[in-house]
Amino acid sequence: MDGEGTLRLHIPGARFRPGDRPDFSYLRLPPAGAAPRPPVDAPAIATRDLAFGLVRTLDDDGVAVGEWNPGLGADELVRGLRTMALVRAFDERMFRAQRQGKTPFYMKCTGEEAVATAQTYALRPDDMCFATYRQQAILVARGTPLDEMMGQIYANALDPTKGRQLPVMYTAKSRGYFSQSGNLATQFPQAVGWAMASAYRRDTRIASGWIGDGASAEGDFHQALVFASVHRAPVVLNLVNNQWAISSAQSVAGGEESTFASRAIGYGIPGVRVDGNDYLAVFAASRWAAERARSNHGPTLIEHFTYRAAPHSTSDDPARYRAGDEWERWPLGDPIARLKLHLVRAGAWDDGRHSAMLRAVEADVAEADARAQALGVHGDGPHHDPLTMFDDVYKDMPWNLREQRDELAALPGRAT
Amino acid sequence: MTAPIRELGFAEAIREALAIAMAEDERVFVMGEDVGVYGGAFQVTGDLVQRFGEDRVVDTPISELGGAGVAVGAALTGLKPVFELQFSDFSTLAMEQIVNQAAKLRYMLGGSVSVPLVVRMPTGSGLGGAAQHSQSLEAWFAHVPGLKVVEPTTPYDAKGLLLAAIDDPDPVIFFEHKLLYKTKGPVPEGRYVVPLDRAETRRAGRDLTIVAAGVMAQKALDAATILASEGIEAEVIDPRVLRPLDMATVARSVTRTSRLLIVYEGAKSFGIGAEIAAAIAEGEAFGHLDAPILRLGGAETPIPYSPALERAAVPQVEDIVAAARRLARGEA
Repeated sequence: MDGEGTLRLHIPGARFRPGDRPDFSYLRLPPAGAAPRPPVDAPAIATRDLAFGLVRTLDDDGVAVGEWNPGLGADELVRGLRTMALVRAFDERMFRAQRQGKTPFYMKCTGEEAVATAQTYALRPDDMCFATYRQQAILVARGTPLDEMMGQIYANALDPTKGRQLPVMYTAKSRGYFSQSGNLATQFPQAVGWAMASAYRRDTRIASGWIGDGASAEGDFHQALVFASVHRAPVVLNLVNNQWAISSAQSVAGGEESTFASRAIGYGIPGVRVDGNDYLAVFAASRWAAERARSNHGPTLIEHFTYRAAPHSTSDDPARYRAGDEWERWPLGDPIARLKLHLVRAGAWDDGRHSAMLRAVEADVAEADARAQALGVHGDGPHHDPLTMFDDVYKDMPWNLREQRDELAALPGRAT
Repeated sequence: MTAPIRELGFAEAIREALAIAMAEDERVFVMGEDVGVYGGAFQVTGDLVQRFGEDRVVDTPISELGGAGVAVGAALTGLKPVFELQFSDFSTLAMEQIVNQAAKLRYMLGGSVSVPLVVRMPTGSGLGGAAQHSQSLEAWFAHVPGLKVVEPTTPYDAKGLLLAAIDDPDPVIFFEHKLLYKTKGPVPEGRYVVPLDRAETRRAGRDLTIVAAGVMAQKALDAATILASEGIEAEVIDPRVLRPLDMATVARSVTRTSRLLIVYEGAKSFGIGAEIAAAIAEGEAFGHLDAPILRLGGAETPIPYSPALERAAVPQVEDIVAAARRLARGEA
C-alpha cells in the first residue's frame, strides 16, 4: 500500500510564528447570511452544516442579513455596544494597574467582548453562568458594580472572596455568576449538573457553561457533553475558540482536524459554529440555544470563533510565539467596530455619539477605580486579618482550626 | 579530572539535566503544556525545543490526565518521558494514571513491564497563586507504593536527582518548589547523579535536629543561622527524597541531638511530619529524645491569596526559630 513503511508522528503547530506574515485565507469564511436557521427542536444531525460552517449575520458593509438576523432594536444594540466598550475600558485600566504594581495579575478579553456580552443579553438575568476567566462581560452586562470587581482584583475590603482568590477569580452569587477554577474545564460539567438540577426541581432557569478551545482537551469537556446529552440538560454550552491557549495554537487541542462545534454531533447534541466577533450572530445563536434549552429540547454546543487579541494574561508575552500583527490581519475584525458600523449604517449611531460614549465609559471606569483604590490595592497592607483565613474552611470551625487560629493570634506582632 | 563548577540557577540546573539526558539518550523526551516555544510556565524547558525539536519537546493538549496516560503508554514501549505539569495542583487531574497505573503496572503485570516515567511539578506557595496553584501535595504521592518522590533544595541536587530520576526504571514524582527556581548555587558541568535514597546533612549541630525538604530546608538553614547567634546549634537534614525516605540519617542525628523538629509546607496533619515522627518513635532513637517531637506544618486551610494571609498559612523562618528555641530550652 502506498505510504506504508515506518510510522511518523504528526506534530501540530501554529500556522504562523514570530516573523511570519499571517495569511488567514485558508479559513474560507462563508458569506454572511448564508446559514439556514433550523427550528429549535431540530435534532443534532440537522445542525451538521452549522457545526462545520460559520453563522454570520453582518456583511462587510455592516448590514445584517439572513435567517439568523435577530432583528434587535437600536436601543438593544447600543446597550450591547456600550457594554462591550465598558469591558474594554475596564480591561485597559486593570492591565495598566498591573503594570503599575497595583495587582500582580490580570487577564483581558480584548477582541472577544461580543461573545459574553451578546450571550448574557440573550439569556434571562437569573440564568446561571459558569464562565471562564475571559467572560468578565457577563458580570458587566449584569450590572455588577465595577468597583466591586476591582476590589476583587486588588484583594481589598470589596473582595467577595475575602482575599482568598486570585485576581479575576470573581464570584457573584446574586448575579448568577459562579466563579473560575485553576484546574481548567471543571465548570463545564458543573453547568450541566446545575441545569439538570434545575430541570429536576421543575424550575424555569437554564445554565450557561463556558470553556476555551485549549481546555476542551480536558476530560471534563467530554464528560459534560455525555451527561448533557443523556439527560437533555437545559444548558447552553459555549466553547470560545480564540485560536490560542497561552502559546499553543488551537491545532494542539484538535482544531486542525475538525471544528470544535462538530464534537457535539457525535454526542447527539446540536453544534453551532458562530462568528464570535459578530454581535448579532452570537446573540442569535445564543437565543436559539436558550429557547431550545428552556423548551426541554436539551443542550447546544456553540463554538464562538474569535481571536485572543490580548496576551493570555499579564504574565504572558505573545511576542515569543505568535506573529505580531495577527490581530490586525484577523479577517473577522473587531466586534466593537463591526457593531458600530452596523448601527451607523442603520442611521442609529454616529462618530460623535460613539466618541462621547467612549469618554463616558472611560470616566465610569476611572471613577470606579478611584473608589476601589481608596480601599487599597494589592500589597499595601493586610486588607484582611490573617486570622480570617481559618473562616469558611468548614461551616463550623472544628477544634483543630480554632487551635491553630489561637496559636497565630498569640504570636507576638503576628496577628493584626 | 573533576568537571568545572559554575553558579547556576535552580531552573537552569533542571534544564541542563534534561539536555544532558536528551543528548545522551534518544529515548528521553519532554512533554507538557507550553513546554515548547513558550519554554514552560516557569521557563524551565526554555530553549530545549530549539535544541531538540518539536517531536522531543512536545506541547501537549490541556489534559493532565491525557498527558499522563500518553506518558505511561510511551514509557511502556521503553521511551523515557519527562512529563511537566504546570502546577502540582493540576496533578489531581492526572491521579488515575499516576497512582493507579504508573505506580502499579510493574507489580500487577508480574514484573513484565517497566514505566520509566518522570513527572515534574512546581509545588508550594509564596507567589500569590492562591488555593489552586499553591498546594504542597508531596505526602499524597509519598503514600503510594511504586512511586519514588523527590524534592530537591539546591541547584546541584536538582540536576543530579533529575538525572537519577530519568535513569530510574520506575516512575518518579519530581517536586520543584517555585520559590527555588531563581535561587543559584554551584553546579558541575556534565553528568553526575545524586542517589534517590539518601538524605543530606546541610548543617551540623548538637542541640537539635531540624528535618526539612525543598524551600523549607532553605528556611531551616536561615533559622539555624539566627539560632547560632543565640548559642543554639541546629543540625539541618534535607531528605531530598521523600520516598524512599532515608530515616537512618535522621535517626543518627536525633540520637546525638536528642531533639527533633520537622518542618514542611503541606497541611500539618497526616503529612511528612507524621511519618518522620512516627518512624523515630518506633525506633531506637526514641530513647535518646529529651523532649517531645515538634512538627511545624502548614495551616489546615486552603492557601489564601492575599500576601499577609498567604505568609501566615505556611511556616516562616521566624516560626522555625521560635519552635527551635522552645525545643532547645526545654519549653516545648
